Amino acid sequence: MASYSTNEFKAGLKVMLDNDPCAIIENEFVKPGKGQAFNRVKIRNLKTGRVIERTFKSGESLEGADVVDVEMQYLYNDGEFRHFMVPDTFEQYQADEKAVGEAKNWLKDQDLCTVTLWNDSPLSVTPANFVELAITETDPGVRGDTSGGGGKPATLETGAVVRVPLFVQIGEVVKVDTRTGEYVSRVKD
Amino acid sequence: MLSDWRPTCSVEHLRLRAQVLAEIRGFFAERSVLEVETPLLSHGIGTDPQLEFFTTEYCLAPQKQTLFLQTSPEFAMKRLLAAGSGSIYQITKAFRNGESGRFHNPEFTLLEWYHVGFKLPELMDECADLIALLFDHRKPLMETQRFRYQEIFQRYTGLNPLEFSYRQYCAYALDNQLPEAISICGYDHAIWLDFIFSHKVQPFLGQNALRMVYGYPACQSSLARINEHNPQITDRVELFINGVELGNGYFELTNAKEQGERFDKELNIRRQRNAPASVKDERLVAALQAGLPECSGMAIGLDRLLMLLSDSASIDDVLGFPIDRA
Repeated sequence: MASYSTNEFKAGLKVMLDNDPCAIIENEFVKPGKGQAFNRVKIRNLKTGRVIERTFKSGESLEGADVVDVEMQYLYNDGEFRHFMVPDTFEQYQADEKAVGEAKNWLKDQDLCTVTLWNDSPLSVTPANFVELAITETDPGVRGDTSGGGGKPATLETGAVVRVPLFVQIGEVVKVDTRTGEYVSRVKD
Repeated sequence: MLSDWRPTCSVEHLRLRAQVLAEIRGFFAERSVLEVETPLLSHGIGTDPQLEFFTTEYCLAPQKQTLFLQTSPEFAMKRLLAAGSGSIYQITKAFRNGESGRFHNPEFTLLEWYHVGFKLPELMDECADLIALLFDHRKPLMETQRFRYQEIFQRYTGLNPLEFSYRQYCAYALDNQLPEAISICGYDHAIWLDFIFSHKVQPFLGQNALRMVYGYPACQSSLARINEHNPQITDRVELFINGVELGNGYFELTNAKEQGERFDKELNIRRQRNAPASVKDERLVAALQAGLPECSGMAIGLDRLLMLLSDSASIDDVLGFPIDRA
């Protein structure tokens, strides 16, 4: 893998830091007029998701990380691994719970999502921003109440729990924003 | 069609620049400070190990000479002073290789002036007057304050900047989630000071106000005079507004021998670091031998001043064509 100098640190660049793959978020050149030049860099650790700040002497370099985002179709869960496939090539990948993380709440068989690969194995999974999922369990609520005020918890087919308006019933399909975990609307057939 | 033919700054900021230049010229005309011009291309160049320069080839067949683009007009202006010019100023381009970022463009504009007969306190008064003139009717600032470097450093870090204690500095770095400082700075006192000052002090200097920090540690003296009462500090001042380093000034060193020695020391450091060889400006040393009048000088980054006046987040917002579009 190529290495990158602090001058090449741009948002989105993937590099290795402390043996973990990381993504550059921000890079600020800091130089006292008569002093040493530094680069203050904000970096996200792609394994843990944590954001840290690190200063480098200008001109230092880091090794690039072989990290790519690939759109894949989620196939199924075998209990230990979740299986994904690249639609165009039928190439398959399996990801453990750690890599899937929070995405497990939103993955439905056949849905498309983004799998981040590091050295060709799944590092993390990002669901689509909006997913449509059926409600498997919720209180009956009040028919005819369309105000949406209040709301109640509802369990989705993936096991995730979201707050939905009172009028939404078991069996109905709802649209959810996966970034906030919030109900967006009912999906009518 | 390419769209990067366009300037990165607005027409409004072009106008601001023109107005500010006119006001600066008025300010110095009123004080009988003479506007001068000095060459951008020169045979000698600063030896500062932290400044990288541009070199260029001068071809006058059959001869070829290496010339440098000036990193500041300081040496040439001091030669004018030694020749009896009296107080002088200029607004000029300066070039520093490899400096690019939100506050840096490798080609930038400096306002530099030397006031004959001034020591550091009078120079600071003059800076405060100039800043007030430019800011008052645009973006009024709170009251100007002056701090000794040691005092402000100690206030924000608890460390004494004048006494280097490797153990204390390391402990401070670890306590402040800056462990990388230890490998970057090692046993180099000056780099430790740069690191800690730029991370832990400078960002807090001058919220909507001008802060002048003076009495820098002697290891960061550059071309300033060592303080006559305290050899640990140097008669150097820096200006800050909203955490941005705006200017650097000295009660100028006039001792030719000491200046020559500092140049040699810096050339040595450059050699050790394998930095591009610099050529000592013997004409400056000769001018100092002939006699530089007692004076103080200040250089202000004009582009940064315009950033502050216009609340711009990036230097590109006040430059017509930053380096990527030049």
